Amino acid sequence: MKKTLLTAAIAAAAFGFGVSAASADTLENVKKKGFVQCGVNGAGLLGFASQDTAGNWSGLDIDLCKAVAASVFGDATKVKYTPLSAKDRFPALQSGEIDLLARNTTWTISRDTQLGFNFRAVNYYDGQGFMAKKSLGVKSALELSGAAVCVQTGTTTELNLADYFKANKMDYKPVVFEKQEEVDAAYDAGRCDVYTTDQSGLYAIRLTLKQPDEHVILPEIISKEPLGPAVRQGDDKWFDIVSYAHYAMVTAEEFGITQANVDEMLTSENPDIKRFLGEEKDSTIGPDLGVDNKWAYNIIKAVGNYGESFERNVGEGSQLKISRGLNNLWSKGGLQYAPPIR
Amino acid sequence: MTSKNNDIAFVRSHMLAAEKPPRQEIGLAAWLSRNLFSGLFDTILTLVSLTLIVWTGAHLVNWLLVNAVWFGTDRTFCATVEQGGIQPNGWSGACWAFVGEKFSYFMVGAYPVHERWRPYLVFALFAATLAPLLMPRVPHKAANALLAFVIMPVISFFLLHGGVFGLMPVETSLWGGLLVTLIISYVGIVVSLPVGILLALGRRSQMAVIRTLCIAFIELIRGVPLITVLFLASYMLPLFLPPGTNIDKFLRAVIGVSMFASAYMAEVIRGGLQAIPKGQFEGADSLGLSYWQKMALIVMPQAIKLVIPGIVNTFIGMFKDTSLVSIISMYDLLGIVRASFADANWVSSVTPLTGLVFAGFVFWLFCFSMSRYSGFIERRLDTGHKR
Repeated sequence: MKKTLLTAAIAAAAFGFGVSAASADTLENVKKKGFVQCGVNGAGLLGFASQDTAGNWSGLDIDLCKAVAASVFGDATKVKYTPLSAKDRFPALQSGEIDLLARNTTWTISRDTQLGFNFRAVNYYDGQGFMAKKSLGVKSALELSGAAVCVQTGTTTELNLADYFKANKMDYKPVVFEKQEEVDAAYDAGRCDVYTTDQSGLYAIRLTLKQPDEHVILPEIISKEPLGPAVRQGDDKWFDIVSYAHYAMVTAEEFGITQANVDEMLTSENPDIKRFLGEEKDSTIGPDLGVDNKWAYNIIKAVGNYGESFERNVGEGSQLKISRGLNNLWSKGGLQYAPPIR
Repeated sequence: MTSKNNDIAFVRSHMLAAEKPPRQEIGLAAWLSRNLFSGLFDTILTLVSLTLIVWTGAHLVNWLLVNAVWFGTDRTFCATVEQGGIQPNGWSGACWAFVGEKFSYFMVGAYPVHERWRPYLVFALFAATLAPLLMPRVPHKAANALLAFVIMPVISFFLLHGGVFGLMPVETSLWGGLLVTLIISYVGIVVSLPVGILLALGRRSQMAVIRTLCIAFIELIRGVPLITVLFLASYMLPLFLPPGTNIDKFLRAVIGVSMFASAYMAEVIRGGLQAIPKGQFEGADSLGLSYWQKMALIVMPQAIKLVIPGIVNTFIGMFKDTSLVSIISMYDLLGIVRASFADANWVSSVTPLTGLVFAGFVFWLFCFSMSRYSGFIERRLDTGHKR
């Protein structure tokens, strides 16, 4: 928590001094320099942002950066990535060093208000979950009474854990460590029955265990961690472009438009799809947003729809094999819901 | 005193050949019994330690070499069947295939692939100019120093940064890995020694303004952690500069580290200065030498020789401290190795450990070389101070 406070203080200071540094019209600025400067997780987060040997980035957050570039320039390669640590991500956005922050950042009210950012689209609904040994035979977190729980100390995770067990009148034995590597090792060595952290993290950690199949991730999510792109307050035009880059991907999934069939879909008779892909006569959706009318087509052509991006980076098509869960479309029991594009 | 007058007295006239020491006092057996098995307690200690060494050593060799995976193209080579790979269940060993695959990334970071010959050329230039400088036998030290400390860095800068002679510009944000570690520590070392000497002299100066400024600089920089210096240099500095001025973040970090190292170096050198007897200063004065002549010819050569261990200690500390730049999102060797753990292509239970072992080995290689070289120089310069 101390670290969080420090970050907040520095970010607040940066905000105080840095308003002049941050250009008011980000879109103009981006167009002038010819690329989007995207702040990403520099330490690497499996499935969200990582670099291959040649230095190429990939991941769910990276796809969002590419989508924004495709929307603005019609070219997903016009992105430059700024690797950021958890500490320096907010000053970097505030000082105008980056145009958008897509770094698995949780949308909270204090970041929205006090730090002066804007959040709207959520490209991954995360939350704190539990991983337990299969041999325990538990099917739900409510059966965990009396368990030894491995948790990283000094995090909100630790506080959420205490609250959850107290609220459900259950006992637990916390086994706390300072560093995540230590928690991983302790859990793998069997020093505790249950591991708790953000659910996407649990899937990544499970991959590094000695016997991944011996562990099960329980369905309960005990905290809300909506992760999404953040931009500076006071530039609504740019905010819209970033938000709708994500919404276009979600909408494409609703319409069944994929990277592979987007060209065929151009000839579709469905008025919704025609409007979405910029084929409708006299439509000014793109220009009103400040981009080309084919913006949605460009996004889908470059990164595919949300479902494709999800499966490729964190879902069944990846090593993580995370189920869609909360990140499924609203029509399929999830929370991914895009406003109508019309 | 043999005398023919006295035949009874017998005095041996020549020495007997020396007998060999008793068998139990020499050789391996004697050494063993004296050092390892002299008494019950020692014997127990020896046996316990030996067991521990053999046991851990065997495991280590087994893990690092015997069970290790040397070739492979993705995570399946370093994961067990249970983990979705091809190794038998229960297997654990180093995944050198991961290090092999990522080697160029560890060396130069995200530097564009077809331009990577540039940093490699810089590594070669660096070795070629520095190696002869470090060998006492090689002549033309002054020209060599000029080459290594002025010309080589300038060439390297243009080579790495590009934008001239048709070289593609490569932003510093793409630099990474060992390249960053070496650049930051090289600049830090080259800058901190002269600046440290000046600061140390300034701190002992008779001139109040200079003395105060030097003390303020040293105490201010030494009084805050390096992380704070780096954070200030990279995020607060731009806010205080006039809008529009844009100093490269990499440059800011290099300046931050150099300032920090200089402050420490100043105190090390000052320690040496204080050990020089007053007579040396007075002797130099009585010869009519100017202040700078006195310092350059009489005092500094003696003072620096005394504090070589301290100087090298500072260098080694700084070399390792460069890992802290990952806090301001620049990825040195350690940072880039850790970032690679998130590569879905290679994630497994053994890759993190292998990566860290590799990074640790590279750091050790450099630090140990520095330490050995300083030992060599100390012995070479030894003129009676050794105790």
